[in-house]
Amino acid sequence: MQSLCNKLYFAGLVLVIALALSLPVQAKVVGNKIILGSAISFTGKYSSNGIHASNGYNLGIKRVNEMGGVKVGGKTYLLEVKYYDDESTPARGAQLAERLIKQDGIKYFLGPYSSGLTKAIAPVTEKYKIPMVEAEGASRSLFTQGYKYLFAVLSTSEQYLASAVALAAEVNKENGKSPGDVKVAMAFENDPFSLDVRAGVVDDIKKHGLKIVVDDKLPRDLSDMTPTLRKAKALKADLLVVSGHSKGAATAGRQVIEMKVNVPMIAVTHCESAKLIKKFGSGVNGFLCPTQWAETLTYSGRHFGTAAEYDALFKASFDGYKNVPYQAAQASAAVLVWAEAFESADSFDTEALRDAIAATDMKTFYGNIRFSVAGNNIAKPMVLRQIQNGKLNVVAPSKWASHPVQWPR
Amino acid sequence: MFDNLSLLGLVPMLNLQLLLDGLLIGSVFALAAYGLALVWGVMNIKNLAQGDFVIMGGYITFTLSQPPINLHPILSIPIIFVLMFVFGWGLYHTIIKRVIERDLFTSLLATFGLAIVIQQLINLAYGPDVQTADAGMEIREFFGGEITIADTKLVSFLLALVVGLLITFFMKKSRMGRAIRATSQDARAARIMGVDTDRVYAFTFSLNAAICGVAGVLISIIWVIQPFFGITHSIRSFVIVTSAGFGNLIGVILSALGLGAVEQFSGFIFGAEFQQATVVGLLVGVLIIRQIMQSRQRQVVQ
Repeated sequence: MQSLCNKLYFAGLVLVIALALSLPVQAKVVGNKIILGSAISFTGKYSSNGIHASNGYNLGIKRVNEMGGVKVGGKTYLLEVKYYDDESTPARGAQLAERLIKQDGIKYFLGPYSSGLTKAIAPVTEKYKIPMVEAEGASRSLFTQGYKYLFAVLSTSEQYLASAVALAAEVNKENGKSPGDVKVAMAFENDPFSLDVRAGVVDDIKKHGLKIVVDDKLPRDLSDMTPTLRKAKALKADLLVVSGHSKGAATAGRQVIEMKVNVPMIAVTHCESAKLIKKFGSGVNGFLCPTQWAETLTYSGRHFGTAAEYDALFKASFDGYKNVPYQAAQASAAVLVWAEAFESADSFDTEALRDAIAATDMKTFYGNIRFSVAGNNIAKPMVLRQIQNGKLNVVAPSKWASHPVQWPR
Repeated sequence: MFDNLSLLGLVPMLNLQLLLDGLLIGSVFALAAYGLALVWGVMNIKNLAQGDFVIMGGYITFTLSQPPINLHPILSIPIIFVLMFVFGWGLYHTIIKRVIERDLFTSLLATFGLAIVIQQLINLAYGPDVQTADAGMEIREFFGGEITIADTKLVSFLLALVVGLLITFFMKKSRMGRAIRATSQDARAARIMGVDTDRVYAFTFSLNAAICGVAGVLISIIWVIQPFFGITHSIRSFVIVTSAGFGNLIGVILSALGLGAVEQFSGFIFGAEFQQATVVGLLVGVLIIRQIMQSRQRQVVQ
């Protein structure tokens, strides 16, 4: 008798679990809540940036809800995010995306952190025709696949240093040098990200008609770039462009000082993560550093007001931030895109929402947002900051600049 | 490539500049290489963790140069020499001692494993970001700015020279130096003559770690350091020692200086991506030439 009872109990349990697994929970809209989903890196190598991004999402959601949520079909809804930790591994990210869609019934996605994870998740959301607004995947290759449901609020990697080329052309023209005489020395690491950056730089050099005099690829274990810099110096380059993650920035910083490389304009990616100012002090004055966003920009929008107001609100909302990372700002902007899309589509239908996102044209504290057919944001330029007396000041594009560019550096 | 060659022809000063750059950095390579020549020659250990000892020295320098200690990198050299010596001593008694009598692969594997452990420990402690130590020295200009030499490089060159001389003197004149030379010639015979070879081995290995540590100090003020940059320094040491042979300090110094210069020129002519590739290419070349030379010698013996 006892054993029969146990068996029945067990069978019942199996039945319940099977039912629970087979029925997709309709969780996309529960009561007055719209549930967005995201797999994000809370642990693993991207965890620090993953947490910045999720803080950004949370602040965006909080703000939208404080302002009364979104109105769909005459009724007000609040936003909420369901997170899973992707452990910074692409395979896990793709699994979790599948789980969010099939088990949790999520129909609206916010992106993960990093290009690699976005690359892993995009095919899944594409397969189920689920729109995803991402804020942290900058690789150009994300937008050459013909994805229809992927939208990115940030500038893509080939734009990182392109504005430096435009600035060099502009400044040299003002000083009476024709574009054909403006010599560019380039040093890029041989990895996907840096080569994306390089592709953008080369395109812009062609566009402005400048001349490439040095085109070196830096090795992965980069600790010496003396020969490259000697060449740039000997050829009297007018612009030196270096991209090789933080080691490239640090090596360039050290050796430009040590070799007195007197190139009038130097642009380097990863200035912040290489801690150039802290390491080399006044020696790196005049270096140009690209960034997605800066709190000193004069952007403003409906939800957060100006960039500076967002900065203050973020610091007040989360402990331990001296500077607001742009990773957080762009995550908040992605939430705003969703909020706008729900209101303008006035529907929960994913197709209608996709079209509404594609038609987005809005001003935010993070910059303007308008998507190309490929899905990347083409309304926000990359911002160039220059190291001036130990501070990073925005110098380009001139429309939003807070300080004039120091040239020659 | 041809542009770069013609540039060298057009601006003769550049050749001098690259040569100087190469010779000055080559002197730092010489230190680690000499350490390797020692352990290789005396103990027949091919230490794959050589470069990681260098990086370790660099990180200790970096730590000492930061608050609250704020020690000038050059002044930290004696401290690092002692610290790394003690580290080498400990390492010998825990690991190296057990593999020294084994075959080639055991010692290769052991030191390779050691390299990985050191890299990961540094990575855990400091993170993967690049670091530098600042010596805050002048940069000299000659010929109206056509030639620039940083004092850090000059000082490193001189220090490398001094350390090299001290070691030579030590090997020639001191009792331990004689014991080391005797052990390297014939360990069994040395043992019969009353030399405590175990102590000699321990001393040699520790001395090597200490020399690498000093090289690390210099690298951290001239270049940048990162937990995983050790391997390039290991490879350089191997190339230098294979081409110079052990027990030949002058040869080691000359080939280190030569390697430094070749690196700078190849980086200039072929582009930065070939700077390190040249080092590895040279290793292959050296091995082939050595092989040919040896086979000739063997024929004579036969």
